[in-house]
Amino acid sequence: MYEKAKDLAEAYVARRLSRRAFIDRMAKLGIGAAAARWALSEATTRALAADYDWQKHKGKTVTLLLNKHPYTDAMIADLDSFKKLTGMDVKYDVFPEDVYFDKVTAALSSRSTQYDAFMTGAYQTWQYGPAGWLVDMNEYIGQAAPNYNWNDVLPNLRASTAWSGVPGAPLGGAGAKQWALPWGFELNSVSYNKRVFDKLGMTPPENLPDMKDKAAKITKDVDGMYGIGVRGSRSWATIHPGYLSGFTNYGAHDFEMVDGKLKAAMNSAAGKQFTELWVAMIKQSGPRNWSTYTWYEVGNDLGAGASGMIFDADILGYFMNGGTKEAGNIAYSAFAAKPGAKQPTPNVWIWSLAMNNFSKQKEAAWYWMQWATSQEHDLFGARKMDFVNPVRQSVWDDETFRDRIAKSYPGYLEQYEASAPGSKIYFTPQPLFFNLTTEWAASLQKMVADEVPVDEGLDQLAESVNRQLASAGLR
Amino acid sequence: MTTQDMTQASVLPARRRGGRLRAALPYLLSLPSLLVTIGILIPFGTAVYYSLQRYNLAFPFTRGFIGLDNYAQFLADPAFWNTVRVSLLYTLLTVGVELLLGLAMALLLQRRTAVNNLLSVLLILPLMTAPAIAALMWKLMTNPNFGVLSYLVGLAGFTDFRWASAPSTALLTVVLVDVWVYTPFMMILLLAGLRSLPRQPFEAAELDGVPASFVFFRITLPMLTPYIITASLFRMLDAIQQFDIIYAMTQGGPGDRLMVFQVQAYLEAFTFTNIGRSAAFLMVLWAITFALSNLFIKQWLKLRERTHHAAG
Repeated sequence: MYEKAKDLAEAYVARRLSRRAFIDRMAKLGIGAAAARWALSEATTRALAADYDWQKHKGKTVTLLLNKHPYTDAMIADLDSFKKLTGMDVKYDVFPEDVYFDKVTAALSSRSTQYDAFMTGAYQTWQYGPAGWLVDMNEYIGQAAPNYNWNDVLPNLRASTAWSGVPGAPLGGAGAKQWALPWGFELNSVSYNKRVFDKLGMTPPENLPDMKDKAAKITKDVDGMYGIGVRGSRSWATIHPGYLSGFTNYGAHDFEMVDGKLKAAMNSAAGKQFTELWVAMIKQSGPRNWSTYTWYEVGNDLGAGASGMIFDADILGYFMNGGTKEAGNIAYSAFAAKPGAKQPTPNVWIWSLAMNNFSKQKEAAWYWMQWATSQEHDLFGARKMDFVNPVRQSVWDDETFRDRIAKSYPGYLEQYEASAPGSKIYFTPQPLFFNLTTEWAASLQKMVADEVPVDEGLDQLAESVNRQLASAGLR
Repeated sequence: MTTQDMTQASVLPARRRGGRLRAALPYLLSLPSLLVTIGILIPFGTAVYYSLQRYNLAFPFTRGFIGLDNYAQFLADPAFWNTVRVSLLYTLLTVGVELLLGLAMALLLQRRTAVNNLLSVLLILPLMTAPAIAALMWKLMTNPNFGVLSYLVGLAGFTDFRWASAPSTALLTVVLVDVWVYTPFMMILLLAGLRSLPRQPFEAAELDGVPASFVFFRITLPMLTPYIITASLFRMLDAIQQFDIIYAMTQGGPGDRLMVFQVQAYLEAFTFTNIGRSAAFLMVLWAITFALSNLFIKQWLKLRERTHHAAG
C-alpha cells in the first residue's frame, strides 16, 4: 500500500499523472487526504533532492528580509520542506511595505551582513545593482540543481530582472546581469464589482474614455460608491500600475534616446492626451482623498464596496475576492486604455529575490533562493496558498492550479491570458527611477488639485527630470 | 644621609605627584563631558563632510568633494525655498496655536481642585500617543468614506471637505494633529509655571480690586514669560524638525504642499539614495534651528537680566 501511494505521488510530481487521476487512484487504494498530502510532500522532497547535494550547507542558517505579502506567507508555510531538504535553518524579518524598502536601503547601504537574501522589485535593482549591493545571479543559475529549469520562468520576467547598468539599455539586453530571480508578479488590469455593473447594465470598460464614463455613472447612480480606484500617494508606486500601463498604451514613453543620451519624453502629445483623460477621470469619479491612496486603500475600497472598479494589479482584485464584504462579486477584465489599441500593455511589477553582496554565506543563500523559486515551491504556493501570479509557465499550465482559479475566481485566467502577451516593464531602466517617479506622482497631485494644467505640469516635469539627468551626468 | 633627609626625599615626589593630580583633576572631571561632546560632534562632522560631497549611493564612482555646490543648487531651486517656507509656516502655526491653547488650559486648571487634577491627567493622554500613531488615527478619522470627523463636518454643511488630501486644507489638517498631540506639553509647562508664581502680587491686586484683565496682562503674563519662552523653544525645536505626522499622513503632498525639511531629507537619503543632498538639507535645517534657538535664548537672557535689575 505504502509503495503504491509513493509511486502514485512520484508520478504526480513528475507530471505523468493528472490531479484527478492521482486523487481517484489514491481513493481506490483507500488512502485519505492527510496520508495523500504526506505522500505528496515526501515525493516532492525526493524529486528536489535527486542528483544534487542539497545537504551541502547542513547546519547553516540563512537570514532573510521580507515584505509582508501573500508570497511571503506561502513561503513560510512551506519552509519546513526546505529545512527537511537541506538541513538548514531560516530566520527572517518581515516588514510592511510602507517601510520595507527603506529598511532594505538602510541594510544594503550600510554594507550590513545581517541579511543574506531579500525581496525586491525589479525597479529597485536599478539602484541597488549599479551601487554594488547585489550579486549577479547568472553565476549561480549555471550551478543550479538539474531540475531547476530556469527557462521555465516566463521569458519577460527573466529579462525584466536583468540589466547591464547602462542607463537606457534594454532590460535583458547585451551584458545584462541577472540582479534578481522573479518570484511572483502583477499585471495591471481592471477588477470590477460585477454586482454593481450588472445592476447598472454595464459591461467592463473597453478603453479609457469608456472607463471615465462608466466610472462617472457609478459615482452618480450608486449611493456611497465612487467609480474608479487608482493610486494617488506621493510615491513612485502611484505611477507604475494603472497610470503607466495606460500611458504606454497611448503610445507615450518616459524617455527617448537622443544622441545616445536619455531625454525626458513624458510630455509628448500622446502622454498629454492620456494624462488629461486620467486626471479628469480622477477628478470626476476617483476617491475624494485620492492623493493619499496606496495599494491598500485602492484594494480595500473595492473589497468593501466603496468603489465600483479599480485599474491596478490583477492580484489586488484577486485578494479582494475573498474575506471581504464584496467577496464573490469581483470580476476581472484585461484593459487597453487607447481606443482601437491592438492589445493591453500592462506594466509589470515583479516581486523578486535578490542576494546581498555583503552576505558571508552566499552559496547557502543561493540554496534558499533556488528552492524558493523552484517549480516545486511555486506549485505548492499556487495550488495551496495565494501565490498568484506564479512566475513559471509549468505552473500556469498546471491543471490543479487552473481548476482552482477558474472555479473560485471566474474570469481571472482569461484576464491574465489577454493581458500577458503585451506585458513587460515599460519604464526605461536608469538609476534615477525613484526621483523621476516620485516627482511624477507629485505632479499628478498638482494636476488633480488644479494647481497646474496637465500640459504645463508635464512640461515642467520633463524639464526638471532633464536637469536631474544632467546633474547626475546621464545627459 | 640622615633619616630625616631620607623621609624628605621620599615625601617630595609623592607631594609632587599629589600636586600634579590636583592640577589635572579639573581636566579629569571634565573628561566624560568631553567624550560626550566628541560623540555628538562626530555624527555632526560627518554630516557636514557628506554635505560637501557629490555622494549618491546609486553612483558610487561619481563620489567626490564638490565644496558648497549642494548648497548653491538649493539657492536656485524653487522646491528648496518652498521647503523653507512650509517648515517655517508649520512651526509658526503649531507653536502659536499650541501656546495660546496651552496657556488657556493652564489658566483654567490653575486652581488645585479634584476636577482640575483629574482633567490635567486626562488632557495629557494625547502626549503619550506616538505622533505617527496619532497621524494614522487622524487619517482614519478624516477618511471621507467612514471617518467620524468627515461625518461631523458633513453635518455642518462641508460635504466635500478633503482634509489632508486637498492642497487648501492639508496644512490645516496636519497642524490640527500636531496641536492635538502637543498642546498638553505646553499646558504642563505653563501650569507648572503658573503654580510656582509668588502669590503676593496676586493677593495685593485682589485686595486693591484690580480688574482681572489687568492682572493677567500686567502681572501673570510678564511673570510667566520665562516659562512661555522655554516651552515655545522646546516646541519650536521639535516643530521645525517635524517628520512623523506629515510623512504618515501625506508623505509631503499633495504636490509639495507639506514638504518640510525632514521629509525632504528622508526622501533624498532613503528613496533617492542621495546622501550628499540629504546631508545638505539637514545642515540648512540645523542652521535655521540654531538661529531661532539663539533668538529665543537671547530673549530669555535679556528678560532674566531685566528681572535681576528690577529685583536689585
